[in-house]
Amino acid sequence: MTDPATVPQTVGPAPNAPVPKTPKNIPHRGGPANASAARIKEKFPSAFVRADVVWGETTVFVRPDAVFDVIQYLHDDPNEQYAYLSDVTCVEYRDLEQPLEVVWHLRSITWRAFIRIKAQLTKGARLSVKSVWPIYKGADWLERECYDMFGVEFEGHPDLRRILMWEQYKEGFPLRKDFPLRGRFSRAEQLRQALAANPEARYSMEELQIADAFEDLPSDMRKRLLGGEETGE
Amino acid sequence: MATKRTVDVALSTTGLDSQGRPQRVPLVTDESGNVTTMEAPPALEPELEGEHMLINLGPQHPATHGVLRLVLELDGETVVRCIPHVGYLHCGFEKIGEYRQYNQIIPWTDREDYLNSPGNNVAFALGAERLFGIECTERCKVLRVIAMEMSRIMSHLVWLGTTCIDIGAFTPFLWSFQERENIYNLLEGWCGARLTTSLTRVGGMIADVPDGWVEGLKGFLQTFPKTIAEVDRMVTRNGIWVGRTIGIGAMSATEALNYGLSGPMARASGVAYDVRKDFPYLDYETYDFDVPVGTTGDVYDRFLVRMEELRQSVRILEQAVARLPDGPVNIDDPRIILPSKTKATTEMESMIHHFKVVMEGPRPPIGESYVAVESPKGEKGYYMVSDGTSKPVRWRIRPPSFVNLSAIPKMVEGHLLSDVIAINASIDIVMGEIDR
Repeated sequence: MTDPATVPQTVGPAPNAPVPKTPKNIPHRGGPANASAARIKEKFPSAFVRADVVWGETTVFVRPDAVFDVIQYLHDDPNEQYAYLSDVTCVEYRDLEQPLEVVWHLRSITWRAFIRIKAQLTKGARLSVKSVWPIYKGADWLERECYDMFGVEFEGHPDLRRILMWEQYKEGFPLRKDFPLRGRFSRAEQLRQALAANPEARYSMEELQIADAFEDLPSDMRKRLLGGEETGE
Repeated sequence: MATKRTVDVALSTTGLDSQGRPQRVPLVTDESGNVTTMEAPPALEPELEGEHMLINLGPQHPATHGVLRLVLELDGETVVRCIPHVGYLHCGFEKIGEYRQYNQIIPWTDREDYLNSPGNNVAFALGAERLFGIECTERCKVLRVIAMEMSRIMSHLVWLGTTCIDIGAFTPFLWSFQERENIYNLLEGWCGARLTTSLTRVGGMIADVPDGWVEGLKGFLQTFPKTIAEVDRMVTRNGIWVGRTIGIGAMSATEALNYGLSGPMARASGVAYDVRKDFPYLDYETYDFDVPVGTTGDVYDRFLVRMEELRQSVRILEQAVARLPDGPVNIDDPRIILPSKTKATTEMESMIHHFKVVMEGPRPPIGESYVAVESPKGEKGYYMVSDGTSKPVRWRIRPPSFVNLSAIPKMVEGHLLSDVIAINASIDIVMGEIDR
């Protein structure tokens, strides 16, 4: 049977974590805030913008350049232990003047706590924020999706490329409010582009290189690829 | 340096110890506590060394459970690197949701994780209700628990059947789909639909259960454990099954947490995280059930965890059926819930309410909510932002199988090509949910 020394430790709630209970009669605004919000304010006075409690969920607004440090603190500090990254996403409001928000949902499984971190990115400039991939490996695809759908660039992400749309997609960022529901081009043009993309037949140059498959390609195809043409067919 | 070892289970009954229990292969960890799963590939013939092959698995391969494409770099038959490509089924649900009223979004939730439609409907209704600041009735709560656990059984049965097929056992597939048919018949009796149920509305359910329905469910709860026992007897100690699954695709608890795994994937690795227990909803804390937690986090542990979850779902369903209270299913708020047909056609007031709810839709106050439930795949969350109009500014699905799948390059590394199929099956992906 299993040698106890090699069994990985089990992760779970602390014995003195709050007793879980279905939330009831939640006020719209106000109510008890997550204690982590006050600690963030104390630890990062210059980065802390404000904390809201809406429907019992605490949101901490943080300056975009400090998000990484705040999340690093929430992940590492023994009083916080937000070891689980639930979600990374963005919100753009219908009022186009309002800044675009990047949202991180964090959970502390040890302390049974939930907190939402938000950073507001002013539009018009480059939308960029530091990636939390070095802290949570699970952020990989979530950040790629934000980039794909909203055009927010995550600095330090190892492989930031489109994920749901194909790599040659040219219409922009679909979940932005200035993107029309039916897309930018006519149906005929969209169909033509989608057929021409033929993503199954494509390998990225990176994929061809890892497998040394590039050298095996026919010489005319190699020449075309070196001439800057996109891979495919 | 990690101490390497071979996964030493032969394809016979030698996978069992003297008591007939499956033999667990101890995991080996390196100095930093990460699990090393496989022995390094054997030294190659000199003339073959360094020759890597590129294999394209999918998007039309039956074992990828949908349109998933994996580009695999192979050294002999060992996977060196895996690059997943998703997005073939991308439909823009989140974009469409921004142009729909809350009740109109519910049919879209059927279609993302289509094996778990009632669970998605309930999860969305819970999220929307928090945004509206309302709570459903007591009877509705219990009915929703019944819907969620039924859909967990449905989803796990499909997972069980297809995984058995992937690994080479055909019979459990037929047994599990037979039981799934029984659940679909029950659902058809409740709401008229089998796959795309649209079972909930904001503030209630589409309908109360019909007369005699609860007896049908009780009958199912009596016969279903027999099928689980049969599958258990056939598969759990089967030498081929054990040999194909033990020690494959293991993730340690810290890794699982860091990669954002949730649901059975995380629990098989030893992360005791179940949304029903830790962040309960629908009074789950008042039900008596256990959360199975594995130790090694390999494919076999994921199988055991899911099998135990089937039994626990039966337990929850039995308690829910026993406590099902009488009373209304929908809340009493004419701004949110449609009036009855009789009232709408005979009373002026009700007709106005009917018109307003249908044409304009219910309006939540400005705010946002993130409500997560324990779907069969893991933590399924709906994040909704309202600006006070009847349509959400942002409707975000937190897809558990999307995050679980993102760890596949880590899981398949160093395994054989045939193990990629087993690992991919163990994640329990639904491409409708991944691509949305």
